[in-house]
Amino acid sequence: MIETLAVDLAWGWILAIKTAVVLSIIPFGALLLGYVFLLKMMSHMQSRLGPMDPGGFHGWFQLIGDGIKFLQKEDITPEGADRRVFALAPAIILVSTFLVYIVIPVGPRLIVRDLDVGIFFALAVSSLSVIGVLMAGWASANKYALIGALRAAGQLIAYELPLVLATVGVVIQAGTMSLQGIVYAQQNGEIFGWGGIGNPFILTQIVGFLLFLTAAQAELTQTPFDMPVAESEIVGGYYVEYTGFRFLFFFMGEFGTAFAFAGIAATLFLGGWSVPWVDGTAADVLGPIVMLTKVMLVSFLIFWVRFTYPRFREDQLQSIAWKYLIPLSLVNILVTGILKVAI
Amino acid sequence: MTTTEIPGSPDFEIDPRALTPLADQRLDIELQSEDMVLNIGPQHPATHGTLRVVVRLDGERVVSADPVIGYMHRGYEKLTEYRTYPQVTTLINRIDWLSSFANEVPFIHAAERIMGVEAPPRAEWIRTALTELSRIATFILFLGEMGLQVGAITPAFYGFRDREHVLNLIEAVTGGRFHPNFNRIGGIKDDLPAGWINETRRVMGLMLESCDQFEDLVAGNEIFQARTRGCGIIPADVGAAYGVSGSNLRASGVDWDLRRDGQPYLAYRELDWKVFTHPDGDTFARYWVRLQETREAIRMVLQILDGLPAGPVMAKVPRIIKVPAGEAWVNTENPLGEMGYYVISKGATGPFRVKIRTASFSNVSILPWLLKGVYVPDVVTILAGLYFILGDIDR
Repeated sequence: MIETLAVDLAWGWILAIKTAVVLSIIPFGALLLGYVFLLKMMSHMQSRLGPMDPGGFHGWFQLIGDGIKFLQKEDITPEGADRRVFALAPAIILVSTFLVYIVIPVGPRLIVRDLDVGIFFALAVSSLSVIGVLMAGWASANKYALIGALRAAGQLIAYELPLVLATVGVVIQAGTMSLQGIVYAQQNGEIFGWGGIGNPFILTQIVGFLLFLTAAQAELTQTPFDMPVAESEIVGGYYVEYTGFRFLFFFMGEFGTAFAFAGIAATLFLGGWSVPWVDGTAADVLGPIVMLTKVMLVSFLIFWVRFTYPRFREDQLQSIAWKYLIPLSLVNILVTGILKVAI
Repeated sequence: MTTTEIPGSPDFEIDPRALTPLADQRLDIELQSEDMVLNIGPQHPATHGTLRVVVRLDGERVVSADPVIGYMHRGYEKLTEYRTYPQVTTLINRIDWLSSFANEVPFIHAAERIMGVEAPPRAEWIRTALTELSRIATFILFLGEMGLQVGAITPAFYGFRDREHVLNLIEAVTGGRFHPNFNRIGGIKDDLPAGWINETRRVMGLMLESCDQFEDLVAGNEIFQARTRGCGIIPADVGAAYGVSGSNLRASGVDWDLRRDGQPYLAYRELDWKVFTHPDGDTFARYWVRLQETREAIRMVLQILDGLPAGPVMAKVPRIIKVPAGEAWVNTENPLGEMGYYVISKGATGPFRVKIRTASFSNVSILPWLLKGVYVPDVVTILAGLYFILGDIDR
């Protein structure tokens, strides 16, 4: 009886700790990406002077300064806004980001819930954010916001499909949808009979990896697919009316989702947390570090493209999705399926 | 359909649909969708200041577009009547603030022509050099900023970074980065500072590299081409009819440059340079023409540095300038297009009347024609490609 209780308590505690960690990982990931890529990498690439200045060494204070600025700003709700929807929208976007983290493993035991439908779940909840975007755009009572929200909706419908289809190749090869299972499948894989570093699926699924990154870029509304926010056209799109802390929510949602998608890409294609020749507790310690490195690598690709390319027009974006990405991902699935059966 | 007059306010009419029964109203809503009126500007990042474009949208397609100008009207034509000739240059170099030195030249030329004064050759050559430098500064900024308007943030920063070198050169000579106020009737204020020629040679090398970089990064980018090719096509005859001038018209295939074809001014006839045209007339053609013109301007500056004549920089003019009665019309090829001054003098220390023809005013007048039927993202691309300065529209 007591033992059962103890187990229950422990289970509850573990869940609480896991939840707290996941809750804190969104600001952590967002701030990390914001600092490393948005402030530092962009400053170097674009020879910006501003973000390199505050605080002396390399402008380390810039991010803290930005945070203080956001907290100080007045929280404005537009007069014609649908107040409750307006207030709820940023929360919904954050919740969708939060839910994605539940199924991403960073170690043999470091995962909130190893769902059997892990990848399916992650992609499904990540598209919840479009509801938040539509709510924000509609409730702002602003035409620019509305245009931005509608663009975002159209874009998410178009790019959800290649995103899902790109992962199907991996699922076929791994034989499981669980993200933990996919990591083990890569860890236990062999490259032409040599199992030293396992078999990261990027080697066999390179087309899928590129498709996934492209579609994720659109899903995250990063340049060249950033029409929903398009500062030079619709002045920030759906979050044009948000100020201060609520804007910070959108900012965290954007970068937190980028962090999550980089995590999914690292898990699906780069072997996730798995460290060669390391098992058990050591893997639990080293896993997060390896995972973080891979996530930063994928994020680097995402932000590199973001800072280099101009943006497409909405109709060009749709035609890219429907004419190129989706057929290509279907061919990828077909080839993977044939090879899986044949070999 | 009935309309109801509200007593006391004769102009106010109730929408007749409000009086029809609900069922009919629903039918109406289902059958016709209403156009949305979107105000682009006066506060909008793509309007370079305070241009306001009222667009009616059907979905994202523009049904009609009306530019609304005047948010920055500063009354310069009237103000010139209350200033002396040397004071006027202070005002007019704020018209097109990106290439303000080029603004001063036609006015000073008009005054000199009425007075019968001619600036010494060295002054004319230095004026040419500074005009071309301001052209480079203006276009380098455009080459970068065009990237920003189609969504690439990075080129814009490169544009600002590279322009800084040119502004430093202008500052070294004139003392002002943006508003040099350096022209005097009969010449220029000072000679070149020591070491300026070598520094300019070095910077021109940097600018050539910068042009190559923009060609790679922006003009060569597939997405940029997809966005700008075939976007906002101005046929040559339509452009000419609306008074579009400068690089915008040359991008439509009209081989017309006032530096070569207009009244002779500055030292252009003695330099070796080419006029570039592009047959397409779209936004990409405008970008390409400006890119080539920047390179041509760099070549011109280098030639000027080599062939700069010696001598004084100021002709003999009286201490208090009184321009005899007369009229003069001088138009020049400025970075944004044709700029002209019609100066009427009645023999006083200040002009009697000055009419200013600015390039951007005519260039944006084509917008209602050009924007019909395009999508919202293209509105921004077209606005950026026409490259106007609000001060140049409103004066």
